[in-house]
Amino acid sequence: MATDQAMIAEDIERYLELQENKGLLRFITCGSVDDGKSTLIGRLLYESHLVFEDQMAALESDSKRFGTQGADLDLALLVDGLAAEREQGITIDVAYRFFSTDVRKFIVADTPGHEQYTRNMVTGASTADVAVILVDARKGIMTQTRRHSFLVSLLGIRKVALAINKVDLVGYSQDVVQAIEDDYRSFATEIGLDEVVAIPLSALVGDNVTERSPHMQWYNGPTLMGYLETVAVDTDHARPGSLRLPVQWVNRPDHTFRGFSGQVARGAVVVGQQVRVLPGHSVSTITSVLGPSGELTRAVAGQPVTVTLADEVDVSRGDVLSSVDEPAEVADQFEATLVWMAEEELLPERQYLLKLGTKVVGAAVTRIKHKVNVNTLEHVSATTLELNDIGVCNVALDQPVAFDRYEENRDMGGFILIDRLTGNTVGAGMIRFALRRSTNVQWQSLEVTKSARAELKGQRPCVVWFTGLSGAGKSTIANLLEKRLHADGRHTTLLDGDNVRHGLNRDLGFTDADRVENVRRVAEVAHLMVETGLIVLVSFISPFQEERAMARELVEPGEFCEVFVDTPLVVAEERDVKGLYRKARRGELVNFTGIDSPYQPPESPEVHIDTTLVSPEDAAELIVVRLREMGILGR
Amino acid sequence: MSEQPETVQPVADELTRSQQSHLDRLEAESIYIMREAVAESERPVMLYSVGKDSAVMVHLASKAFAPSRLPFPLLHVDTTWKFRAMYELRNAMAERLGVELLVHQNPECVRLGINPFTHGSQVHTDMWKTQGLKQALDKYGFDLAFGGARRDEEKSRAKERVFSVRSAQHRWDPKRQRPELWSVYNVRTTMGETIRAFPLSNWTELDIWQYIRREQIPIVPLYFAAERPVVERNGTLIMVDDDRMPLEPGEEPMLKKVRFRTLGCYPLTGAVESEADTLTAIVQEMLLATTSERQGRVIDHDAAASMEAKKQEGYF
Repeated sequence: MATDQAMIAEDIERYLELQENKGLLRFITCGSVDDGKSTLIGRLLYESHLVFEDQMAALESDSKRFGTQGADLDLALLVDGLAAEREQGITIDVAYRFFSTDVRKFIVADTPGHEQYTRNMVTGASTADVAVILVDARKGIMTQTRRHSFLVSLLGIRKVALAINKVDLVGYSQDVVQAIEDDYRSFATEIGLDEVVAIPLSALVGDNVTERSPHMQWYNGPTLMGYLETVAVDTDHARPGSLRLPVQWVNRPDHTFRGFSGQVARGAVVVGQQVRVLPGHSVSTITSVLGPSGELTRAVAGQPVTVTLADEVDVSRGDVLSSVDEPAEVADQFEATLVWMAEEELLPERQYLLKLGTKVVGAAVTRIKHKVNVNTLEHVSATTLELNDIGVCNVALDQPVAFDRYEENRDMGGFILIDRLTGNTVGAGMIRFALRRSTNVQWQSLEVTKSARAELKGQRPCVVWFTGLSGAGKSTIANLLEKRLHADGRHTTLLDGDNVRHGLNRDLGFTDADRVENVRRVAEVAHLMVETGLIVLVSFISPFQEERAMARELVEPGEFCEVFVDTPLVVAEERDVKGLYRKARRGELVNFTGIDSPYQPPESPEVHIDTTLVSPEDAAELIVVRLREMGILGR
Repeated sequence: MSEQPETVQPVADELTRSQQSHLDRLEAESIYIMREAVAESERPVMLYSVGKDSAVMVHLASKAFAPSRLPFPLLHVDTTWKFRAMYELRNAMAERLGVELLVHQNPECVRLGINPFTHGSQVHTDMWKTQGLKQALDKYGFDLAFGGARRDEEKSRAKERVFSVRSAQHRWDPKRQRPELWSVYNVRTTMGETIRAFPLSNWTELDIWQYIRREQIPIVPLYFAAERPVVERNGTLIMVDDDRMPLEPGEEPMLKKVRFRTLGCYPLTGAVESEADTLTAIVQEMLLATTSERQGRVIDHDAAASMEAKKQEGYF
């Protein structure tokens, strides 16, 4: 029995005292549909008395409708969640289950076993302390067993229970079980799983799940529940020497208090301790530690805190307060193992967002060294990663970040990649090591600076970025503006979408990915030209907000003037200066902005021009006024 | 909020992550989630339903941002049919915390007088709660809303992410869920999308009660057993909370010692007969109970996948 019903009835106070101090274990179950995984989880829930009468009634009716156990209860139905999955009889996502005994509370990540669901398994494994890997005693170690074990090891899980299921169907044979265990151990050691406990059991009948089986006198090990209740999972040592505290939020209720909130990711934080603020270099001393229930003198990994520092140093979200003696590494390039999770393939050199801990930065995969065949563990060369592929890659960031190697600390070494357009999580990575290049290759420091160049021209450089639908009138206005500036003696240049596509960007088409790259290159060119001191006019459809934001971030604040040339689609289509809308409507042009490719209007442009109300000449004048307000043109 | 004094709690020198109690770890996780959500959203809001889960959520939020006040308002999507005791606690709580409390009542429902008796539970719930919530989110332009849902409540919740993206029309698409790894939460949105954040995802009903007991969090007295006027309908005990409840011929409210395991609109919330009038007794009763907590909700008795369908429509 998993909970002590007698003590609950007789001495509830004492029972609750004990309950408040029990621990928490997160584990993942791996196995295919046929291995009886859902049945095993259903049995754990059932045996820990977490199935209530009304749920039992529902289970009985479901068992008759969808069950695979004839007249018997199908425990697997307790855990199959979404309606679509019930119809197909498979589990297609990660589901989290909860049960508890008197010793521990458990969170189970229940994930599907098929190869096409690698991403789900990786997701489930990312938060697990322990893995339960199921094998069918009749079949032994299969290709998928190896795949699951590899993924478990990749995500940094070291403790594994090998649940040899359906032993009732092999006559509870010790020889069969021993052969499977030997087979598994030789493979497991190779991939770094050296803490394996093999447990013969039957999820369907209940042998060795919570109760010892009467049929296997030869087995001396724990039941599965016994293992889960007692397995030790601590690898972290709570030393101040290894402190990592990623800052989540700067806490400023008023001018008298400035605290930094976050969860200790590693080690311990102690009042009086010296810390370094990474990736910068400033050093200060911890003056107070506020925990969830008041002031503390010390807090350890896993605890949420708000700390204050002795000095007015610059600290913002994404920085890591780190011990001074053993600080985290800082780099802007590293090698990582990447799991690709999106339908759209990984595009090397494409700009993604990377989130590591609480820090979000721009990132690109610069090189794919190889991908791994998850079934054979062979290395295969690759130029891209597709859904569920796992590859070893070089990743370059647009600024340095603080991190630890993933195998040292998951919170400091695990990151996700986010698509800038859709906001979706497209990949997950584990940092292997920093690439030396990044620390050795410094930015070439140039002695003739941007301001020196601009001064020679007697002006302030900037980017004036025109965005809008095809035919909105961007180039017309840009052209008028340039003539006006030129006449005033300003040094300008105009980058026009059509022209650039004939040269620099002639290798690019009109898919979303190509549009992104098109704008990225132009933004970089505009940035270089601003460095030379020029006023750069850019006239590009540039349909996506993310890319325009990226262009803005490349230059300094106050150097970017976004001009939204706002022409309703019907008006632009009616004008149709280049005849493109007609072609697009006839289906001769695909991916045409406004027709079958989206346009995301700017939310707060510096200048918003409604071309149905304002003439091109007046529009140019409006921009000049705005540039004066921004201090770019003199008054 | 907590009446607990702010005491200095010494922490044993060798305490490590796995030695922290499960309640401490759940508390830490919820606080982490809330701080991520606030740091990465423009205009967050916390949905406040006045129930026990909301009480825990607000308590956790005050810890997460202390010594600052809550950096977001609370939003109560009201139906005008909640228990009177809920309105009392709601107002008292907002005043004590000094937090901004927004109350939204769907004006169309007010105009049409939507109620569960004449319009049925489905129309009532959809119009007041689902449509009302969407209206309120659009009206104030919130881009992130905290909700107190737990994964153990219901099967389709078990697969929802901690940070769950809704389309500009507030729809949930279970096939488009983002993978969620480690504690690296993706809070990005594009094109009018919004986020629902569920800081209590990994809590169970028992955890909630144990935490309320440990932290002495004030909850609506209806959770405790007391003599209350009830009528029995279709095997469910419904409390006659005010005179808007039409009694059927021959129906006579009777006094019974009852309590509620969940709270919502009083005509749609079943009471259970109970003697449990302390937190300890409630937990004891729960541990010995044989029915799950959602049984008291009339709304869940529809088709098996009803919650999933409601959520796709925008129900929280």
